[in-house]
Amino acid sequence: MTTVVIVGAGPAGLAAADSALRAGVEVTLLDASPQPGGQFHRMLPTAYAATHPERVQHGWRAFDRLRRRVLDHPRCTWWPETTVWAIEPGPRVHVVRGLVDGVGRARYVLAPDALILATGAHDRVLPFPGWQLPGVFTAGAAQALAKGERVAVGDRVVVAGSGPFLLPVTAALLEAGSRVLGVFEANVASTVLRGWGSRPWEVAGKAGELLGYATRLARHRVPYRMGRTVIAARGADRVEEVVLARLRADWSVVPGSERTLAVDAVCVGHGFSPQVELAVAAGCELTGAGFVVVGEGQRTSVPGVYAAGEITGIAGAPSAAAEGRVAGWHAAGGAALGEVALRRALRAKAFARRLARAHPIGAGWPSWLQPDTIVCRCEETTFAALSAAAVDPSMMDDRALRLATRAGLGPCQGRMCGPTIAELTQSRPTHRRPIAQPIRLGELAEQPHSFPKES
Amino acid sequence: MPFGLSNDRGPVGRTRVIVIGAGIVGAACARELADAGCAVTVLDRNRPAGATSAHGEGNVLVSDKGPGPELDLALWSTRLWPHVLADIAERTPVDVTRVEWEPKGGIVVATTIAGADALRAFATAQCAAGVRFAELDRAALADAEPHLTDEVALAFHYPQDAQVQPAAAATALLAASGAEVIVNCEVLGGDARELRTSTGVLSAELVVNAAGPWAGEVARRLGAPIAVLPRRGEILVTTPQPPTVFHKVYDADYVGAVGSDSAAVQTSAVVESTKAGTILLGSSRSQVGFDDRLRPDVLAAIARKALRLFPCLADVAVMRTYGGFRPYVPDHLPVIGADPRAPWLWHATGHEGAGIGLSVGTARLLRQLVVGEPSELDATPFRVDRAAVIGQ
Amino acid sequence: MSARRIPGWQDRTGRVDRPLWITVDGERVEGIAGQSLAGVLLAAGRSSWRRTESGAPRGVFCGIGACFDCLITVDGERDVRACRRPAFDGAVVHTQERG
Repeated sequence: MTTVVIVGAGPAGLAAADSALRAGVEVTLLDASPQPGGQFHRMLPTAYAATHPERVQHGWRAFDRLRRRVLDHPRCTWWPETTVWAIEPGPRVHVVRGLVDGVGRARYVLAPDALILATGAHDRVLPFPGWQLPGVFTAGAAQALAKGERVAVGDRVVVAGSGPFLLPVTAALLEAGSRVLGVFEANVASTVLRGWGSRPWEVAGKAGELLGYATRLARHRVPYRMGRTVIAARGADRVEEVVLARLRADWSVVPGSERTLAVDAVCVGHGFSPQVELAVAAGCELTGAGFVVVGEGQRTSVPGVYAAGEITGIAGAPSAAAEGRVAGWHAAGGAALGEVALRRALRAKAFARRLARAHPIGAGWPSWLQPDTIVCRCEETTFAALSAAAVDPSMMDDRALRLATRAGLGPCQGRMCGPTIAELTQSRPTHRRPIAQPIRLGELAEQPHSFPKES
Repeated sequence: MPFGLSNDRGPVGRTRVIVIGAGIVGAACARELADAGCAVTVLDRNRPAGATSAHGEGNVLVSDKGPGPELDLALWSTRLWPHVLADIAERTPVDVTRVEWEPKGGIVVATTIAGADALRAFATAQCAAGVRFAELDRAALADAEPHLTDEVALAFHYPQDAQVQPAAAATALLAASGAEVIVNCEVLGGDARELRTSTGVLSAELVVNAAGPWAGEVARRLGAPIAVLPRRGEILVTTPQPPTVFHKVYDADYVGAVGSDSAAVQTSAVVESTKAGTILLGSSRSQVGFDDRLRPDVLAAIARKALRLFPCLADVAVMRTYGGFRPYVPDHLPVIGADPRAPWLWHATGHEGAGIGLSVGTARLLRQLVVGEPSELDATPFRVDRAAVIGQ
Repeated sequence: MSARRIPGWQDRTGRVDRPLWITVDGERVEGIAGQSLAGVLLAAGRSSWRRTESGAPRGVFCGIGACFDCLITVDGERDVRACRRPAFDGAVVHTQERG
């Protein structure tokens, strides 16, 4: 029987599994977390034994039905706490199973007929002075802690960055009992309105959702300001105050507009970075913006490898699910899809384009940086060190530059600073991480098991 | 003697030299030739120090080489390195601290009785050639490398072994040369008078082929093919660790792999830490052309051998791997000298995994050959017109 | 003042708290079953548990395993992402320093 391996059990991966199962194939669904759902449907821990998860989970009932249908399916093998650390052409998928970052996890190699990558995205955060202080979180972290663990990151919180994602994050913070002092969208109103304004029918569904959030903000008297952002965080051993400033359309600071605000947490997100290292390992072609190129049926440039969700363009959960359904069906060898599914996937793409237009990253953001601002969090490379090394970019290869400054060479392997370093040094961002997730030497040394077992 | 700049050819300052390849060997050659008064232009297909020079540990080793011309070049290079760096520091504004020159010494261990016998014989022969080493007894070894396995049959300390940050070393040498650098410039063909490149036609009196693993292809395009092929090597990089490994430590079987002709994958344990706290684990050698795909089986083999030396690293996480291509010559000797078929063409390549260490000696020798100065080192074994390089 | 867990009686999800204890550099810290180590530490009022090479404090940043800021040593295993590792009763946790 045809076998399909799906990496990532978020909205895209679950939908892909569902439709591949419908098409009659054998599915192995992998996720690094103990539970399915990804970031969007981040579930409460089983141990919480929550009686009303739907009260904090967006679209809980539909998700719950989907996850049961998929995970309980006799042709579905569900592998939670499974980390894909390498992909070889074939595709051959190398995984370790066990506690995240554990030792002695079991090594497996999977060799499916088709592979669907639905690895999602993480917050992109631009550096600013003090962003490395404890108490500064990504927007996604604040949401994950509130929704997934019922932990509020602070009492006096500021939310800043760009994009509609700041709204559900704020809603989650409010629900968790934090006081949100303000939500600051860096783009000026004219940019946002121009981006969203034309062809409103493309975003009709989304608009209702956003309006819901706006109402919630108003009820809690949370100000939402455009053309403003956090340009610095200050504090001794943790954040104690932020500096807010007014921005021009290109995100350069309006001089004299700075003011400080006492806070105990800051949540920041300037959009998302797709997690494409596995796609790169599989040999998939990327767009200039770093997304996986997909064609008809969510096929990547590599035969037998499909991609769905945020790694093909940031467009949110419904769009990811629509793409996942298409990918699952085609990966399973299904016949050409009906128009409805395709139209849904296309609409998703239109939304992604719209989102990118309404919430671009302004070219003037580096004006927030000071010489001693850390740009690479892992290696503590400062803006001054990077600038000094990159004085004449022609004099050094990107790799030599990274070796010289250590930028991007720490444990996160440039996930956080990669796009920033590339932009500041006018070099190519690297998406290549041959070891996609850390693996212990002892685990690497083990002979891997094949799955399914070779008889 | 081959065509060169013998002193009676007039002021060398007028001699224009094009160096192909801005890796460490090209950079070192550019520095020496500029120092000799040449007007040097360095070309690179991409940008400086991005390929082989940025994909290795930065070895400056004598311990892994048996008696012979390569060891002589290595010993000379090892002596030259501190002088070259001091000279750069004195005469240029280039910051040489970023080169991270570290004469940390190497420790070679044999884990079997047979390996111990071979290592002792090897080291004794090296000693006659000028390599210094000292046997470490159990206590001394435990003191030098407390986390090393107990199952060591014999261990030698080689104080002359050192390490640099290779990409920084290459860019420092290049900056110190003051040479004009042309990036994203691929050589297409022609000769010194009319060197055709992807960015236009260049002209010079001499061309130095220092294109590393691509030197074979460059030579072919220039009508004078040489047998330099890529050989792939892989290194694992751990997350930053507290100090665990203090020298470059390797298994004596590494010596065998360096000299091997086999096209099959070979691995041997080479373990060392960097100033950034990461531990580098090597090494592998395989001839797969320029295929840079990840090979989990090769990585696993490297891990197994490294753990045999340092069992305590089993729980340490690997966060990165990098593979580089090294310029391989079938007889395992660098190619340094004038091309007998094209009087304007010189080669400086074929160092395989030792190019970082050998770069400064290679460049000094090339300069002496070009300028016609006497040399401390016999260049004959490295000559281009040997069978392994240009056939019969 | 800082991060805190929504008290069980206030939590609309109707969760049931089963306490667990971990030690952090020898000090006992209470959490509840199901939390990540990062969640336990944050809710216990700790905002950082790692020092970088320069000595700067770090805790949670991305919260989803991408930034590797929250690395911690658990039962002797170094470099564990606290935001993704579930807390277990009796876990012996040590804060981490680089190099």
